[in-house]
Amino acid sequence: MAPVARSGSALRGKLPRAFRLVVLPVIVLVLWEIGARMELFNPIFLPPPSRIFSAAQQLLLSGELFRHFADSLRRIAIANVIAISVAVPLGFFMGLYRPFEEVIDGFLNILRPIPPLAWIPLAILWFGLGEKSVVFITLISAFFAILLNTIAGVRGVDKSLVRAALSLGATRRVLILQVVLPGTLPSLFTGFRIALGVSWMSIVAAELIASSSGLGFMISYYRELLRSDLILVGMLSIGIIGFLMDRGLLWLEQRLLPWRVRLEL
Amino acid sequence: MAVKVGIERVTKQYGGEGDAHFVLALDDVSFALDDGEFVSLLGPSGCGKSTLLHIVAGFEDATQGTVRVNGKPVAGPGADRGMVFQDYALFPWMTVMQNVTFGLRIKNLPQRECERIAREHIALVGLAGFENRFPHQLSGGMRQRSALARSVANNPEVLLMDEPLAAIDALTRNALQEEILKVCDARDGRPRKSVLYVTHSIEEAIFLSDRIVVMTPRPGRILEVVGVPFARPRNDATRLAPEFQQLAGEIWSTLKSHIKPN
Ligand SMILES: Nc1ncnc2c1ncn2[C@@H]1O[C@H](COP(=O)(O)OP(=O)(O)OP(=O)(O)O)[C@@H](O)[C@H]1O
Ligand SMILES: [Mg+2]
Repeated sequence: MAPVARSGSALRGKLPRAFRLVVLPVIVLVLWEIGARMELFNPIFLPPPSRIFSAAQQLLLSGELFRHFADSLRRIAIANVIAISVAVPLGFFMGLYRPFEEVIDGFLNILRPIPPLAWIPLAILWFGLGEKSVVFITLISAFFAILLNTIAGVRGVDKSLVRAALSLGATRRVLILQVVLPGTLPSLFTGFRIALGVSWMSIVAAELIASSSGLGFMISYYRELLRSDLILVGMLSIGIIGFLMDRGLLWLEQRLLPWRVRLEL
Repeated sequence: MAVKVGIERVTKQYGGEGDAHFVLALDDVSFALDDGEFVSLLGPSGCGKSTLLHIVAGFEDATQGTVRVNGKPVAGPGADRGMVFQDYALFPWMTVMQNVTFGLRIKNLPQRECERIAREHIALVGLAGFENRFPHQLSGGMRQRSALARSVANNPEVLLMDEPLAAIDALTRNALQEEILKVCDARDGRPRKSVLYVTHSIEEAIFLSDRIVVMTPRPGRILEVVGVPFARPRNDATRLAPEFQQLAGEIWSTLKSHIKPN
């Protein structure tokens, strides 16, 4: 009796998963399409899914979507590489050496609450309209996410692991490289994922204002042309790409830190 | 017999005197752990057992007094004092083998030698075949066996254990007590290990120890030091002996009056 019941619940858990995931979006799309065709609302404001779909096709085939996407992606990559290479070492030292942290902390605590978008005017003054300004804005938002998570990671390294290492004769070097560093990695990954998320938020805003390419620019450009279908394609692209990149990082984390994921289960 | 660890008039206070959270965790505690001796610190929660062990380990400083290992005052943690923790403290990103060779690699022993010593100790705690497992793939008992192997393989002057079996189920615990004695016993020309062991189980303290340091809380003090005369090797018969039960009863009746309901 029991085994049967168990295999039954396994089926229930497994088969309809795909169904559960798509059922709500499908219902929404169908109602949306019907609503638009019956002109329950103005299709200029909210075009039907079929229109969005053909708009997507058009943008994909012309290569326009890909071009803007590549520009945004490149800026995000540059911004995050810079943010990581500055914030990770800085966060590591701040986490390890308290006096160092105290010196820097007051300064950072004033900068941190400033929304990345508030930097746009200054960025434009400094770097002009274009690539550099957008990268700078994106960099700022990614930087704090990575820095704070690095510091928290170093602080959060299990105290008994540090003590165990010292009692096994670990030198400072061994302690930092073989205990603190691997112990910080889970937090670093969290930082990277958050950084990537906020990168997409701020890059779109920065491109709306300070750029003539990228997905953010594309959206604002089609607003001027009142092409809500193309705007929606841009928005959905960002959603899908952001989701895929987050999943990619999660996958990488599970690959690189199998011990961590298992511990959390 | 040579003194391995000398604890000389150690006092530890947390917070300033007069503070709301002032605690006299240890009040003028002295005793000596002889070479090759197994001594347990026994007492109710809060009597300063962990504090004393941490001072010996060098994780914390005594407010007053000195701890000496082989006559040398302790200043910070070191490989001469191996530690076994209640929560195992295995490096989760290392396999059992990598955990056990951790201290050996620091000593710059050749790779082959590290692995030979590690294999020997992993087998000694009954984990042969599990060398390449990660801690999360092991049961609690197996994790503590790995941690024990890691500490003993490093061949410290003294082993410090802070309630290593507190998180282990009662059945496994009995087996592991014998395991601990076996691992710490003399073998291959190596002398018996000196061990300072923290527990709040009277039976565990009797089963393992040559002497038991009975402590009381607020302030943390030594109430008495009890010698355990039972022959080694000890086994299940030891636990069943009437003398064993009688000693347990005596220790309980001295301790009982000092355990306040709160
Ligand atoms: N870091 C600390 N700061 C303040 N008080 C502390 C600190 N560590 C321990 N104490 C206090 O010192 C006393 C002794 O603590 P300790 O942890 O040594 O007790 P213990 O005998 O190991 O208890 P248990 O059996 O519960 O582990 C307790 O009253 C505790 O509250
Ligand atoms: Mg304790």
